[in-house]
Amino acid sequence: MSAIPPSPSEFVAPAVPAVSAATRRRNRQLALAPWVFTLGFFLLWEVACRALKVPSYFLPAPSVIAQASAQYWWQLVFHSFHTLWMTLAGFGLAVAFGILLGLALGASRLVRAGSYPLLVGFNAIPKVAVVPILILWFGVGWVPPVLTAFLISFFPIVVNVATGLSTIEPEIEDVMRALGASKRDIMVKIGIPRSLPYLFGSLKVAITLAYVGSVIAESNASRNGIGNLIARASADFNVPLVFAALIALAILGVVIYVLTEMLENRMTGWAQRSQLAAG
Amino acid sequence: MPAFVDIHAVTHAYGGVEGLPAVEDLTVRVEEGEFAAVVGPSGCGKSTLMKLATGLQFPRAGTIVVDGRQVSQPVRMAGMAFQNPTLLPWRTTLDNILLPLEIVEPHRSRLRRHKAEYVEKAQGLLAQVGLKGMGDKFPWQLSGGMQQRASLCRALIHEPKLLMLDEPFGALDAFTREELWCVIRDLHAARRVTVILVTHDLREAVFLADRVVCMSARPGRVIAERKVDLPRPRDLEITYSAPFVDIVHELRGHIANARKAA
Repeated sequence: MSAIPPSPSEFVAPAVPAVSAATRRRNRQLALAPWVFTLGFFLLWEVACRALKVPSYFLPAPSVIAQASAQYWWQLVFHSFHTLWMTLAGFGLAVAFGILLGLALGASRLVRAGSYPLLVGFNAIPKVAVVPILILWFGVGWVPPVLTAFLISFFPIVVNVATGLSTIEPEIEDVMRALGASKRDIMVKIGIPRSLPYLFGSLKVAITLAYVGSVIAESNASRNGIGNLIARASADFNVPLVFAALIALAILGVVIYVLTEMLENRMTGWAQRSQLAAG
Repeated sequence: MPAFVDIHAVTHAYGGVEGLPAVEDLTVRVEEGEFAAVVGPSGCGKSTLMKLATGLQFPRAGTIVVDGRQVSQPVRMAGMAFQNPTLLPWRTTLDNILLPLEIVEPHRSRLRRHKAEYVEKAQGLLAQVGLKGMGDKFPWQLSGGMQQRASLCRALIHEPKLLMLDEPFGALDAFTREELWCVIRDLHAARRVTVILVTHDLREAVFLADRVVCMSARPGRVIAERKVDLPRPRDLEITYSAPFVDIVHELRGHIANARKAA
C-alpha cells in the first residue's frame, strides 16, 4: 500500500480522455442514427408486408418497389427531371416576382395597405382549384405546372421580404437620415441586406410549395412529370410504380431543399449566429 | 447672432394637434465646440430635443437654427450614437464605420477611388477608442462595450460638426461606462466637435459637459442650467472631489423638484 497520494495531475489527466471518448461515442451514434432509423423503417415495412401477407396492389413491400424502380428506371428519371424543371421554372418566377412585390410592399405603406387584403385573399384560394382554369386558358402542357408552382409559392416570399424591410430599427434609420440618406439609400444599404435572411427562410418554404404545385398540375394537366406518371400508373393499377414514383418525389424534394439551404448558409451566414441554431 | 445650435421657443408634439406636447417653449443654445449635456426625468422629451436638433422632426412652433441655417430637413452633418449600438450584423466593424461615408458628400463620390485613405482613417479612429485591429471582426463578435465604441467611430468618421449622443452608455456596466466617458472626453478634446449628450446619469453629465441643462417632466422645458467649471482635462478621480459632488447634488435637487411637480 502506498502512502504517497497521487499528484493532482494524476487525478485530472485520466478524466479528460474518458470524457472525450464518451463524447466521441455519442457523436458517432448521432452520425449513424439517421441511417439506422431509415433502414429500420424500410425493414419494418418489408417485414410487416410479408408477415401480414399484404397484397402488393394494396401496399407493396420495399423490395417490390425496388423491383419496379429498376424496371421503370428510365421513366422515373425522365419524369423526375421534368418535374424538377417545372418546379424550378415556377419557383424562379415566384422569386423574381415575390422579391419585387415584397420590396414595393416594404417600401411603401400605401402599397402595403392597399394590396395586402387582396394578397391574403388570393393566397387563401387552394391552388388545386385554379388548375382547371389554367387548363382552360393554356391547355394541357408545361404552362399549367409552371404557373401553379409560381402561384402557390410567391406569397411567402412577398410576406418575408416585406417583413424584413418594415422591421428596420428606427435608430439606424435616424442615423442614416441624419446623414442625409435618401429613402433609396436606406433601402439599398439597410433594407435589402436585412431582409435577406427572411427571404432565404421563405425560399425553403416556397420551393417545397412550388414542388407541390407542379406535381398537382402535372397529374391533371400534363403528359409528362412524376405527377402524370402517378396518375397513369394508378389508372393501370400499377401500385408498385406509384410507390416508386412517390419515393422518387421524396428524394427529389429532399435534394431541392438541401440545395436551397446550402445557398442560404452561403448568403446569410451572419444571421445564423445563435447558440440555439449551432447546438 | 444665433448660437451654433439655437433652439428657440420650440414646442413639439407627436400624434396630431391634440397630442400633449413632448416639449413646450424650449430654448437651448449650444456654442460651437461646446459639450452640452441634457438631463431630466424620464419622458421629459430629451430624445425629442435630439430629433429636433438634427432635423429628423420639425417643431410645431418656434425656430431651430443649426450652424447658421434654419433646420428644414435632416441636417446632413450630424453624427449620432444611441443606447443601442445599431451596427449592421452583415458588415464587418470596419465596413460599419465606413457606412456614413457611403452617404455623405463629398466622401460618397470619393470613397471608391480613395478607399485606402478612408480605411486608414477608420483604423485610426478604432485605435483611438481602443479597438485597434478589431475592424475585421463582425459586430456580434464584440462585447457590448466594444460595439458601443465602434458605434462612436461610426458617428465620427465623416468628421461631423455636431455629435448627438442619446444615452450612449445606458446599457453598459459601470466600469465600461467610465472607460467610455474617458474615450468621449478625449475625442471631444482632440476634435473640438460640438457635442449634445442626452443622459439620465448626472455624474456622467457633470464629468463630461461644459454645461448641463436640466429639463422638466413632460412637457419638457428647461428648468435650470449649470455651468461646469471644473478644469480640463478631467480625471476620473475628480468624480470623488467635493466640487464635483456638489454640482451633482445641486442638479439632483432640480431633477427631484421636476419629478415632484409632475
